[in-house]
Amino acid sequence: MSSPVVHPAHHAPTGFIRRYIFSLDHKVIGIQYYFLAVFSVFLGMALSVLMRFHMVYPDAKVSLFEKLWPTGAPGGIMTPELYLSLMTMHGTIMVFFVLTTAPQSGFGNYFLPIQIGAEDMAFPVLNMLSFWTTFLALIVMVAAFFVPGGAPLAGWTAYPPLSAVGPLSGPGEGLGQTLWIISIAIFCGASLMGAINFIATTIDLRARGLSMMRMPLTCWSWFVTAILGLLGFAVLLAAGVLLLLDRLAGTSFFLPAGLLVSDQILNHKGGSPLLWQHLFWFFGHPEVYIAILPGMGVASQLLATFSRKPIFGYRAMVYAILSIGFLGFFVWGHHMFMSGMNPYSAFAFSILTMSIGVPSAIKTFNWIGTLWGGRIQFTTAMLFALGFVSLFVTGGISGIFLGQPALDLYFHDTYFVVGHFHMIMGVAAIFGMFAGTFYWFPKVTGKFMNETLGKIHFYLTFIGVYCIFTPMHFLGIAGNPRRYADFTNFDFMGKLMPVHTFMTHSAIFTMVVQFIFLFNLFWSIKKGKPAPINPWNATTLEWTIPSPPPFDNFAGKHPVVNHGPYEYSVPGAAKDYIMQSDPA
Amino acid sequence: MLLGPVVWVLTLAICYVFLGHYWWFPPPISQHGQAYDQQFTATLWVTGIIFFCAQMSLGWVIVKFRDRGGIARYSHGNNVLEVVWTSATAVLFIGLVLAGTRIWAAVHFEEAPANALKIEVMSKQFAWAFRYPGPDGKFGRTDLKQVNDQGGNPFGIDDKDPAGKDDITSASIKVPAGRPIQLIMRSRDVIHNFFVRELRLKQDIVPGMEIPFHFQADQVGTYEVPCSELCGLGHHQMRTTLEVMAPADFEKWLQEQAAQK
Repeated sequence: MSSPVVHPAHHAPTGFIRRYIFSLDHKVIGIQYYFLAVFSVFLGMALSVLMRFHMVYPDAKVSLFEKLWPTGAPGGIMTPELYLSLMTMHGTIMVFFVLTTAPQSGFGNYFLPIQIGAEDMAFPVLNMLSFWTTFLALIVMVAAFFVPGGAPLAGWTAYPPLSAVGPLSGPGEGLGQTLWIISIAIFCGASLMGAINFIATTIDLRARGLSMMRMPLTCWSWFVTAILGLLGFAVLLAAGVLLLLDRLAGTSFFLPAGLLVSDQILNHKGGSPLLWQHLFWFFGHPEVYIAILPGMGVASQLLATFSRKPIFGYRAMVYAILSIGFLGFFVWGHHMFMSGMNPYSAFAFSILTMSIGVPSAIKTFNWIGTLWGGRIQFTTAMLFALGFVSLFVTGGISGIFLGQPALDLYFHDTYFVVGHFHMIMGVAAIFGMFAGTFYWFPKVTGKFMNETLGKIHFYLTFIGVYCIFTPMHFLGIAGNPRRYADFTNFDFMGKLMPVHTFMTHSAIFTMVVQFIFLFNLFWSIKKGKPAPINPWNATTLEWTIPSPPPFDNFAGKHPVVNHGPYEYSVPGAAKDYIMQSDPA
Repeated sequence: MLLGPVVWVLTLAICYVFLGHYWWFPPPISQHGQAYDQQFTATLWVTGIIFFCAQMSLGWVIVKFRDRGGIARYSHGNNVLEVVWTSATAVLFIGLVLAGTRIWAAVHFEEAPANALKIEVMSKQFAWAFRYPGPDGKFGRTDLKQVNDQGGNPFGIDDKDPAGKDDITSASIKVPAGRPIQLIMRSRDVIHNFFVRELRLKQDIVPGMEIPFHFQADQVGTYEVPCSELCGLGHHQMRTTLEVMAPADFEKWLQEQAAQK
């Protein structure tokens, strides 16, 4: 709890560079993170559409491909190695620079301090450093496209030996893979700095009266996500350094004896490829929750606001976030049922995996409980929150198949898995970001986003993503493996091509639709309708201050919190909401 | 409000395609495969019902509780309901895992029967090789230095070891129907994965490890084997076949191979 020391009002720095580039202001940093993610998500989406195009038209000659990748697409025909590079970079950019960046570092940076009544993050300099370190990581990652051999092809999971033995195992496995690992290591550093800052801010800087159990669920989800980041990225950083040593210094952490790659006998011995998988997934599974928890927080916030009801079961929601965060560290083995690890451990991992489905189900029930008996207002923000719930259910339910080692005997590494995680950690999380964007845009800019464009964008995207990712489950049931550059070598995959074609067309459609959003975003920054301080009649502290907020948020005053975060439609109250800072 | 019907239509469409089995498993060719399909079907019904009910009720609350100028109910929740749905999902989910445990145990905890036919598997970028011990029933020693893919020695069978003289290597795997098979799987470069859809079985093959894996196929036929762990630029071409033969045909094939030695 913050000590009620009275600080004088801070003044914003006046120079452009200190104000907008190397800014210490959490709000500017939040926006920087947000636009870094917007750039990354469009890049990642473009890569995915190129992949989908190649899978369906592997022999197509496109002169643009040759211009972009003279060696990867000679004569305009994409090579399988280029396909795998696109896939690796798509996954990496989406997971790290979009799903980890926007929901937590973007929205969290901007709104955590305001929602808890603080004037900034606990460590503003560290905050600035963590953004610019992330930026550097992105530069290094994208640079991998432009080095000899091109970007790596080992997937975002970078399993050794494929990722550890250098160019012998394929193009892109030279400098491209090295840059990939360096970028990830830098990103880990950035995320650790961010995580420490979020944790310290949440614990130390809350306004008077804002007990933990009065925090908005968004703050809870950012707080728990930060803890996951702190523990997870520390391990990934160590794993990345070891992998780098295997590649550059001749060590053998992940490389066993007896390797014969491209007719060359290697001198490694004593390492284990499975060690990487354990370390990677010890980070990698919590990473899924790093991506989705903030979305769950935003969805909860919006469902309560726009159905004008308190959140159903606030305590249960908090406990669910905590238990998802806790259990999230004990389920990494479900990525490894087929890996050759001791099959007895699969038993423990599967029980724990199913257990984590329980708090996820609680959240879903409580969201529907929140809507029940409400007075639902269909703003675009709310539509995305409702879409989030639908996608969360669809994406979560397929986890019940994959969490069973017995059923994973077939589904591992098929499109069923691709459909599952894209639904939940991909599009559900991105719907959380869209929801947050429409909800908080008036606070950040003082203007509304265009609702008509917003709704068109929502419906087309919602239908589009279902059309892309639902068919993947059928491909998985038919046994179609993932990470295949094309499907011409297997008889059974020929019958699946109509499904692939449908998905590719849906993906192109959905990509085009995203430009509606981009247009809406930039157009509304310039020309949006002016918004009042509290356009949604919401209760949390950010809606008590001007839009856009002043440099030190509360103009030197210290807000006092007297109410829980979701006091809507309280009987006897003058309005249908009581703000957290309203008198008791 | 429109979202409610959209969610309904999407839900019904998804259920329709699932029930239609338009793109589905190939028929199983083993007892394990049948048990697998039962477990899948049970899981599909449980999750399908949850999926259907959750999406339909989401659509319903969207339509039913749209803003019509009334007053929202002031409620912070209901602890009884929380306990009920928490325990119900816990029982369902954990129950499904437990129900599937026997299938997993039969694949991984039980040893292959003593009469199982032993076959070695060697995977490499981007081809498969299979080795049978030949008439002496023994695999010869191998040596990485003697590996010669073009010369028909992908395993690097040591020519100084007499036990290796009669070893048979093949680029596809051939097994007799109705007899347990014990695979001993190795990779010499990166991780690969042996997957036969009709067997409902899959296993990573990890360099530096020797992974035992057993199965029994009962249905004669030829089945495709796609590598199912990313192994490099030729991953999508790493194909072989599992040929399940009538026992007599298999013996004949073995003898023909041995005669060529």
